[in-house]
Amino acid sequence: MWAGREPSESATETPAQTRGHRRGAVMALELYLDLNSQPCRSVYIFATKNNVPFEFKKLNLLEGEQYGEEFGKINLIRKAPALRDGDFCLAESIAILLYLAEKFKTPDYWYPADLHQRARVNEYLSWQHMTIRLQGSKVFWLQLLIPKILGADVPQDKLDAALEDLNASLTLLEDKFIQDKPFIAGDHITLADLVAIVEVMQPVGAGVDVFEGRAKLSAWRDRVQAAIGEELFDEAHKTILGAQESVKLMDASKLQFFKPKILKLFM
Amino acid sequence: MELYLDLVSQPCRSVFVFAKAVGIPFEFKVVALVEGQQYREEFAKISMIRKVPVMKDGSFVLTESVAILKYLAQKHSSSVADHWYPAELRQRARVNEYLSWQHMNLRAHGSKVFLLRAMFPLIMGSEVPKEKMDAAVEDLKLSLNLLEEKFLQDKPFIVGDKISLADLVAVVELMQPVGTGLDVLEGRPKLIAWRDRVKQEVGEELFDEAHEQLMNMSSLQEKMQNNSAMEMLKPKFQMLFK
Repeated sequence: MWAGREPSESATETPAQTRGHRRGAVMALELYLDLNSQPCRSVYIFATKNNVPFEFKKLNLLEGEQYGEEFGKINLIRKAPALRDGDFCLAESIAILLYLAEKFKTPDYWYPADLHQRARVNEYLSWQHMTIRLQGSKVFWLQLLIPKILGADVPQDKLDAALEDLNASLTLLEDKFIQDKPFIAGDHITLADLVAIVEVMQPVGAGVDVFEGRAKLSAWRDRVQAAIGEELFDEAHKTILGAQESVKLMDASKLQFFKPKILKLFM
Repeated sequence: MELYLDLVSQPCRSVFVFAKAVGIPFEFKVVALVEGQQYREEFAKISMIRKVPVMKDGSFVLTESVAILKYLAQKHSSSVADHWYPAELRQRARVNEYLSWQHMNLRAHGSKVFLLRAMFPLIMGSEVPKEKMDAAVEDLKLSLNLLEEKFLQDKPFIVGDKISLADLVAVVELMQPVGTGLDVLEGRPKLIAWRDRVKQEVGEELFDEAHEQLMNMSSLQEKMQNNSAMEMLKPKFQMLFK
């Protein structure tokens, strides 16, 4: 089912995907990704930026492909991203990023060996799960997907509360994690900035400009984009930034499958 | 090295147990959450996030239990046995995988059940709506299923033959709803056996010491009710229960 990418995508095969397939003689490492998903983007950017040879296995989450039998053998948690390296399967983007960094001996600055700097990266990677990750996702779903599923607007007070929570976390990102430094851990980009930026971009995909009125955050975003490379950054975010358009064209009945789960999580 | 802790809090317990189990000396600084001490000015100077645990090693301040545990393992690598946070690529990945997954799963769901059972009636002045409680218990059940089926499987510990940070972080979260009298391990012999193995590895006395306050919830609840901090804490809890 996931022999690679769908035919419709081969016309726009990305450099990373080409690289992955050219080195296909030895069984390449597989990354199961849906670029609509934030943790998939951080893994995609990191692997591509560092020339990690991998096969891009597209997983369409909104089509429910994570619930297929084959994928269950790769990741019982049934989420993306997932990694398969020979007989070794791994879930959780943070674990995958750390695995790739170690296995492919990526430049030290991504996950510095220095005790204090590494601690700062770990601190952000831990904090973000229940804050920016959760709240950015919530805003995205409430703003874009839940109205489509429900066929009606989400109560304004719910939206406001979600935005308020996200804003509080963005303020902490600026005031506690970035402060007056170029990046979260100091002078250089790390996994912390990568994981942060992909999450901060999610609500943007729903039309919420989180950078408005946040000069510090905007400046940090520009630095992160430059460090990653604008082309790669844009490529990774192309799908999510087109979300508003693609949701309009979506068949609402297909999304009903997610209704109970999503309502429970976000409403 | 100072550790700012409240042992009613799961992440505080994992840090406490680890430091003691591997013999890392520290000064225990109490931050009584039921008395709202995390909102005091002195604590704000330590951490603006106002949560526990917090580690202060000289002038270096660090929050987030997972970060603290990894810091301690790395700093004391010459005396901390490798199995706690294995250097080997795949084993380390398994620990990281668990430590990442648990935030939004066992931790979130165990906390919710704990808060509903221990705090809801106190804060909201009424019983927890059945639907709310059932949903929370169901979520916890699913997390426990994954802990058994994906993370433990037929191994003695999450990574394999030896205990690691993953087991420690898992067991303290598992204990949280138990502190409210809910036997989450009922009908789960695999988890019971694993919990007992973990207890044995860290030492029963230390395990019990860490969980003493949690297992004495009624006196904690009493403390909360009689405390002036209650008025300040109430709205914060109400937000969680919406």
